[in-house]
Amino acid sequence: TLRLVCTTTAVQRKNVGASGPEKYTEAFIKKQIEEFNLGKRHLANMMGEDPETFTQEDIDRAIAYLFPSGLFDKQARPMMKHPTEVFPEQRKIQWGEDGRPFHFLFYTGKQSYYSLMHETYEKLLNVQKHQDQLIAQDLPLQKEKRNLAGSRWLTKIELEEMLLEKLSDDEYSRFIQLLQKLAALPCADIEETYIQKFSKEVPVQLQKVVIEPLQYDERGVAFSTGEGKRKTASATAVVYDNGTGKITVNGIDILHYFPVLQDREQLLFPFQFLGRIGKHDMVCTVSGGGRSAQAGAIRLASAKALRSFVTEKEVEFMRQAGLLTVDPRVKERKKPGQEGPRRKFTWKKR
Amino acid sequence: DDKLLTEPLSHPDFFSVKELFTLKDLFDARVHLGHKKGCRHRFMEPYIFGCRLDQDIIDLDQTMQHLQLALNFTAHVAYRGGIILFVSRKRQFCHLVESTARACGEYAHTRYWQGGLLTNAHVQFGPGVRLPDLLVFLSTLNNAFEQHVAIRDAAKMNIPTVGVVDTNCNPCLISYPIPGNDDSPAAVELYCKLFRMTIIRAKDKRRQSEAIEELR
Repeated sequence: TLRLVCTTTAVQRKNVGASGPEKYTEAFIKKQIEEFNLGKRHLANMMGEDPETFTQEDIDRAIAYLFPSGLFDKQARPMMKHPTEVFPEQRKIQWGEDGRPFHFLFYTGKQSYYSLMHETYEKLLNVQKHQDQLIAQDLPLQKEKRNLAGSRWLTKIELEEMLLEKLSDDEYSRFIQLLQKLAALPCADIEETYIQKFSKEVPVQLQKVVIEPLQYDERGVAFSTGEGKRKTASATAVVYDNGTGKITVNGIDILHYFPVLQDREQLLFPFQFLGRIGKHDMVCTVSGGGRSAQAGAIRLASAKALRSFVTEKEVEFMRQAGLLTVDPRVKERKKPGQEGPRRKFTWKKR
Repeated sequence: DDKLLTEPLSHPDFFSVKELFTLKDLFDARVHLGHKKGCRHRFMEPYIFGCRLDQDIIDLDQTMQHLQLALNFTAHVAYRGGIILFVSRKRQFCHLVESTARACGEYAHTRYWQGGLLTNAHVQFGPGVRLPDLLVFLSTLNNAFEQHVAIRDAAKMNIPTVGVVDTNCNPCLISYPIPGNDDSPAAVELYCKLFRMTIIRAKDKRRQSEAIEELR
């Protein structure tokens, strides 16, 4: 074998298939698997468990017990896994004893990708031929509509894993365009199984917020609860119907708990927005945070509780007013080399 | 074993390649149609029969001779178990050429040609790779109407080439040029059929000869 002493970047860019035979031969991987199995039995004996029924989870637990590590990155800690998971899948030598390569597209360099394109194009031609036959016999073309909403095509990385070859963005986009063209044809039902190999189901993420129904206490009064957070404060509010507008916080009346007008205004804002100031009673508990944060938390909690009393349209109005959104602002951390999160040290000319 | 290899070389047409095609077949497949006079390449002038309404007509008698030589050569290469690589950069016929190659049991390259494929093969593929023994061009031009890089690379690596040269192509570096049309689907299908039949015939003859030798 030739050994290049001084290499250029062009030389270093090898095919994935080319690096296979030199790194991990089949014999090497076999030996690794045997060593792994032996080691598994030794480990089972050490832990005092049955070597026959020692699963991968048991191995992980045993290694974590025998080699405790405080390293942050889970992948930096000692681990013992099956060699097929550790060594990436490499392609074996592509040609036989007489030197003739196995695959007919071997000399292109990217045989799996181009053979995939070839196959997909063949399916396309098949579908077109079938379509022509149906048109010649004057039969209707489309049978059922394929649902494209809940599925997505494979990503570039997933395709690379499937083909064991590196792809460029251009090649990937060409393949996806070909697939879309195939799927868009009316008679594509014939090749449905082939197309499904390259599409994945996307679970429909319709997270409809469930508005809880009203609950009734012993006196027959309707009430509902809500929770809210703001900065470090968390609050729970219970809003009762047929009330006089009394609000109690941690067992204390709001006039005494929140001496500042601004905080009380914040508490009353949801009721004022819905025009229900004197109609509801509220009992809340709040902890953590400061004065303003607690007020904000109770406001969110009461707005959430009021959703059960109100029509869907008014809920949408509340959402648009910003009453139902959690305020994401938290204290920004101080950075080194600066005095505060944003404030820099005084700049002195000399 | 020596007898197996030397016996076909003594006959001028061991694989009876002449029977596979007639002049009429070539004419019906529109092989004689070339490009316009303005596209004509200087070195293709000996192969051109004439010019009608500005379109060049290729001399089919010469095409017959060249085609017979080329098919005979491919048959001999296939008989001796050589690797044949079909090259064409025409997008229209990419699928057809690849299917022909697969049917023969040979190889095809109808995609973007990476620079060091032949000249830098040991680095691209790995040590111990075997290069093709014959390159068959169904179209010698690439998508930019320039001569395909593989012709020059094959000449550098001492690999013989067979190629269908149209009136705008350069037949210089090709060992067995076949002057003919490379753009019509009918013509290209004819070429694919002929190559497929010769290669399959040559391989069958090889297997028969080996079987006869083993019986002795």
